[in-house]
Amino acid sequence: MSAYLSIDRVGITFPTPKGPLEVLKDIKLDIAQGEVVSLIGHSGCGKSTVLNIVAGLLEASVGGVLLEEREVKSPGPDRAVVFQQHSLLPWLSVYDNVRLAVDQVFGRSKSRKERHEWTLHNLDLVHMGHALERRPAEISGGMKQRVGIARALAMEPKVLLMDEPFGALDSLTRTHMQDSLLEIQARLNNTVILITHDVDEAVLLSDRIVMMTNGPSATVGRILEVDLLRPRDRLALAEDPTYHHYRAEVVKFLHERHAPAVGQSARAARERPTLRLAANG
Amino acid sequence: MSNIDVTAKTYDLPWLARAMDWLAGDGAERAAGGLTRHLLLPAVGIGLFLMLWAAAASQIQTSLGQLPGPTQVWAQSVALWDEHREERAREAAFDERVEQRAERAIARGASDEEIAKIRARGYTGAPTFFSQIWTSLVTVMVGFLLASLIAIPLGILCGMSAAVYAAVNPLIQIFKPVSPLAWLPLVTIIVSAVYVTDDPLLAKSFIISAMTVTLCCLWPTVINTTVGVATVDRDLMNVSRVLRLSWFKQTVKIILPSALPMIFTGLRLSLGIGWMVLIAAEMLAQNPGLGKFVWDEFQNGSSNSLARIMVAVLVIGFIGFALDRGMLMLQRRVSWDKTAVLR
Repeated sequence: MSAYLSIDRVGITFPTPKGPLEVLKDIKLDIAQGEVVSLIGHSGCGKSTVLNIVAGLLEASVGGVLLEEREVKSPGPDRAVVFQQHSLLPWLSVYDNVRLAVDQVFGRSKSRKERHEWTLHNLDLVHMGHALERRPAEISGGMKQRVGIARALAMEPKVLLMDEPFGALDSLTRTHMQDSLLEIQARLNNTVILITHDVDEAVLLSDRIVMMTNGPSATVGRILEVDLLRPRDRLALAEDPTYHHYRAEVVKFLHERHAPAVGQSARAARERPTLRLAANG
Repeated sequence: MSNIDVTAKTYDLPWLARAMDWLAGDGAERAAGGLTRHLLLPAVGIGLFLMLWAAAASQIQTSLGQLPGPTQVWAQSVALWDEHREERAREAAFDERVEQRAERAIARGASDEEIAKIRARGYTGAPTFFSQIWTSLVTVMVGFLLASLIAIPLGILCGMSAAVYAAVNPLIQIFKPVSPLAWLPLVTIIVSAVYVTDDPLLAKSFIISAMTVTLCCLWPTVINTTVGVATVDRDLMNVSRVLRLSWFKQTVKIILPSALPMIFTGLRLSLGIGWMVLIAAEMLAQNPGLGKFVWDEFQNGSSNSLARIMVAVLVIGFIGFALDRGMLMLQRRVSWDKTAVLR
């Protein structure tokens, strides 16, 4: 049986003035429907590049992505993206930002009234129903990100792609948003790929954590199954030894085995992950 | 701290002094500071300028008598206004006489054709200073609007397509620095050759002036629109791609609003250039308008001429300023970014 979403031996090479640079190599990942998968790794390892390839915004040099056994060739609303910098249109109100997406995706299949209600429904889902007429500049960073999520959810995507969605927020707002996401995921059972560099976020939200090695030629270093019961509660988990075990595993991977290559030669940085991988296998 | 403060003020480093004031928490004085900055200081500047002008003017003897100072210029602007009102009164009287003649003609049962002929006789007095202002304003607006209609779409195309940009850019770069005075003879001859009609709806001189304005104020709008369109936030373009917006929708919903601030910057530059160009074109080509007024007074050479030219200079300056403020207000109205500081 093939997976719902399959990233099949994807690699990408960018031309640079110093010659071609292989950013990703041999990324293999199968994701089941309703699964939440986090990609974690040090900055610059190519996490966002993986996401952009799944979104269709970038084209893989090698391999490909299959969604429901169909190859992903271009971007589309079935793979909605929540960008790191909210990316709301600053000249449209909160409502109009979501409505634009709703009209675009359901322009033919839903009536005007249905589209209006669907817009409101999705904004209610992220608790933004009170600020419909505000412009993005008039609301806080957390609220902007909520609207971005509402816009993505409103497209009824097969896969929700989130590129460090809470990375630009303060830690209090971030916890709040993570709880919201847990709640929404519990209700809608979305398939989610989440990029993060926050270990707690990864353990709290995901069913599996995909740890990436450092670039260039970054690839999947290790995949950790997070076997914690849902619905998950932040406070209960804080005391849970299993939670701490998972957390420690990720931290170990990131900081012991794949510490960012500071002061190392580029060659050593390239070789290290491969060596460790072999040790893992 | 106080040491630095003294130093800053002694050596007149206003930014440092201001920073020090701010650090010292001089918020209470800010309201008074605002009044000083917005009313008192400009008044001081203008006052000093008038005094310098008056002093310098009294020292300079020209072939047309002493260089006029602020008082003579003020007197001439009042005189120009009086002349304008007299002229309007004469025109009203003329219209009345024409109407009376027409009525008499109707009374004696003249043919419709004859009556129309009587009524068609327009007033032919010399244009006054104020009617020249109006002519210039209409001309510059027509030239500017025509330029905008060409420049904005062209800029959008250039911004969207690197190929179009590569093809058009050399032409922009070559034509942009061309002086209006160089365009004018060409435009005059071409318009004279092409615009041939027995019953001209628009005066030939008007078209020549407007076309010259158009040619010179195309470029800032084209260039700024191109930059605005080409530098739309990549994330927003990605949103558009994920949503699969059509080319048209992407242009209308994302690219245009995003480029609007830059487009307006271009339009403001264009209008400023257009106004300067127009005065030169009117002077050189003897096309009606403020430029012709200046030229006529220069040729006239009466004892009032210099003061009248100075009135014109000031009026030209004020109108240019007002046009720019008008564009700024329009920009503020349509701008989505209410936090941006526009000046």
